[in-house]
Amino acid sequence: MGDLLAFEGLSKSWFGVPAVSDLTLAMRENSLLGVIGQNGAGKSTLMNMIGGIVEPTSGRMRWKGADYEPKSAADASEAGIAFIHQELNLFTNLTVAENLYIDGFPRKFGMIDWATINERTRHILGRLALDVEPSVNVGHLSPGERQLVEIARALHNEAELVIFDEPTTSLTPRETERLFETIATLRGEGRSIVYISHILSDVKKLSDDVAVLRDGKLVDQGPASDFSIARMIRSMIGRDLGGQFPERSNTPTTSAILSARSLSQPGVLQDVSIAVNRGEILGLFGLMGAGRSELARVIFGLDPHETGEIEIDGKPLAGGPRERIAAGLAFVTEDRRAEGLMLEAPIAENLALVSIDRFGKKPFMLVDRERVAEETEAMKDNLSIKAGNIARQPAKALSGGNQQKVVIGKWQMQSPKLFILDEPTRGVDVGAKYEIYTLIDRIAATGGGILMISSELEELLGMADRIVVMNRGEVVGEVGRDEFDRETILSMAFREVIA
Amino acid sequence: MPSAASSPSRKWASRLFLSDYFVLYLSLAYVAILAPFLPTLLNPANISNVLSNLWPLLVVATGQTFILATAGIDLSQGAVIAVTSVIGAMLIAVTGNAAVLSNAPIWGVFIGEQGGILAGSIGGIAVAIAIMMLVAILIGLLNGVSVAVFGMPAFMVTLVTMIVIGAVAIYLSLSENISNLPDAFVTLGKGDLVSVYFGAQDESKIPRKIIYSFVTYPMVIAVAVAVAAHYLLNRTVFGRQVVAVGSNKRNAEVSGIPVRRVIVAVFVISAVCAAIGSILYSARLEAGRPTLGAGTFLLDVIGATVIGGTSLFGGKAKIIWTFFGVLFFVLLSNTLNLMNLSAFQVDMVKGAVILAAALLDVLRTRLTRELT
Repeated sequence: MGDLLAFEGLSKSWFGVPAVSDLTLAMRENSLLGVIGQNGAGKSTLMNMIGGIVEPTSGRMRWKGADYEPKSAADASEAGIAFIHQELNLFTNLTVAENLYIDGFPRKFGMIDWATINERTRHILGRLALDVEPSVNVGHLSPGERQLVEIARALHNEAELVIFDEPTTSLTPRETERLFETIATLRGEGRSIVYISHILSDVKKLSDDVAVLRDGKLVDQGPASDFSIARMIRSMIGRDLGGQFPERSNTPTTSAILSARSLSQPGVLQDVSIAVNRGEILGLFGLMGAGRSELARVIFGLDPHETGEIEIDGKPLAGGPRERIAAGLAFVTEDRRAEGLMLEAPIAENLALVSIDRFGKKPFMLVDRERVAEETEAMKDNLSIKAGNIARQPAKALSGGNQQKVVIGKWQMQSPKLFILDEPTRGVDVGAKYEIYTLIDRIAATGGGILMISSELEELLGMADRIVVMNRGEVVGEVGRDEFDRETILSMAFREVIA
Repeated sequence: MPSAASSPSRKWASRLFLSDYFVLYLSLAYVAILAPFLPTLLNPANISNVLSNLWPLLVVATGQTFILATAGIDLSQGAVIAVTSVIGAMLIAVTGNAAVLSNAPIWGVFIGEQGGILAGSIGGIAVAIAIMMLVAILIGLLNGVSVAVFGMPAFMVTLVTMIVIGAVAIYLSLSENISNLPDAFVTLGKGDLVSVYFGAQDESKIPRKIIYSFVTYPMVIAVAVAVAAHYLLNRTVFGRQVVAVGSNKRNAEVSGIPVRRVIVAVFVISAVCAAIGSILYSARLEAGRPTLGAGTFLLDVIGATVIGGTSLFGGKAKIIWTFFGVLFFVLLSNTLNLMNLSAFQVDMVKGAVILAAALLDVLRTRLTRELT
């Protein structure tokens, strides 16, 4: 059997930083290749190159023995490669059939031939044992059903290679089982699959071969039968687990900075009580939709809550973000591009935004530009933000990690008492992650409190002094650092989902 | 990273293109190219005319610049000009013309045969101007609160204000002009501080029509407004907040910027600027006119601002750009008039130029992206 897809010396760098370097790998026809690696290991860049979204800096790809140089997503789809993304790419306002045929509706006498479309759609859905009408709006389907619609679209496009990127993140266990059955069906039809996941046991169970990426390089590969979970972890991390995170340099106190009591908001939060102490990093863990970010937004005054109170340093918090910032709160949101930065504006302006009132000179509140320049420059050095002229360079020209430092820096300018960090290392490369962890540790060591929300349990295990677990808007458990245990925490997070 | 600015000439070109003064250079080049074909263009009389058209538009466009900086739009400026023009005139007119106004709802209430109720004193004019400003502030508040607090789109809100307030302006005087404004008021729109006379002094008294005004009250007022606005937008904490709201509203909100207050404030600024423009226009016309600011006036204001380089998408605005944009726009209108084009043809060309300005905005954004 020949190679279906092969990479030869494939590399891609962003602003001189390699995301994938010198990758050589081949996958056999009708096989299932499991790809694992930490966030930032280069998996998404590799997938984007296959998908024609990103062009390689050097090296080449071969598809069925011929050179493969996709220039767009359409090229990849034409070649017979389909992607099932983590965030599904469906039009939720359109029907199942419309989603399948969106890139070319069959026509009859110049009119869209709905009869044919519905019939074929029904046929494809039947093959996937998905019992929904072609005319149902995708918005009405569950996450698992939506994923099957994505797979249906791949089948409709006669894809020979289907690439799954973290397909089980938003699925219930039952839906996951069904997905695995579907994958078996696809393989039975002679299709090949690339399966990317953090859930190593799934990868081991499903794969024929496993490839491990770390820092953009292929560090380990072989038949899945040769891989133990332990070997996977060792290859992925490449060092001791502890090495990823800085030592916590202080022990938290027991005096609370933030205390929230019995917060409730129908459909979002239910009787949530939480306290963060001086010098403490409190980890907040939960699955997607568990109410973590929602809790953060309520505490920060961006969203309302019906009952319960929030206190900082014993004083009740009221009003919107402006009042709460004045009281000492800071909020690094999960979506830094949409909520954390003015991308087009210079870095210095971004850094000075939160504390701008402080720089106004009476009587006209003229901005003291010299002091702004001085203090933003000092903050840039303090956080080692890798930028040239911060008065001119726009924030969008920075890498993800440096952008995140700017967001943290704009709050630091205000010396807050409590930091809420929502997914602080999302989209940040491995090296910069360590720097951000060090920064977080430093804030706690100087007496600040930190509420750190993350979907990466490893990160919380590495950094937090205490972890609170949320599930469907409720706090379901709390674990101290001495009792940290993956299984315990995960089972809390999954509790009701499994039950 | 491959850069578009690899060759020196391209680098130079893109620096010119991205300069704050690009539109000024464009204006100068435009004049230089057209001057040989339109000899009247550089006549003192024409320059004086261009300037007299420049100042009121600059004041109004300055207000619009604040709105565009927050990624909003204010379509009601023309209506504010009209309604404050009528209100100001009805209060201060020296005499009222019963033949024209006797059916109007304001007749006998605010204005009669013996003039407006505030006629006859400098203090009365000051009070009338204060009332014009107050009306503008109220309209600005109405716009701002509807947009900021109730979350209605600025386009819709100000479109409605434009229609309703415009109708009120016409209703007040039943579409009639209110003339006979006091000299002290008219001076605000026409009075000169420095004038120039070209030619020999044959007579002891130089006839008025051959004196050309350069430094005028409108100039002083407009420059004062523009300079104050420049400092407000570029140098103050408030200005930073305006730009932050326009750059990324959600980010501004999370960062503790008082987003609603800022939005209300820019609508008030915009309306007040329109009212100051209204004083200049009314004084120049020597009448309160309910149709001031109607027709394609809005096109002039927004067009001039956008040509200057202020982005319709918010977060990118400078008063100096607006100044150059207004200059270019006034020159354009003037030259098209000198070419003896009809008003319709003039509007067609203006429309095309604004489209070109929008395209320019896209090109500039792309260039900045390549250079960084």
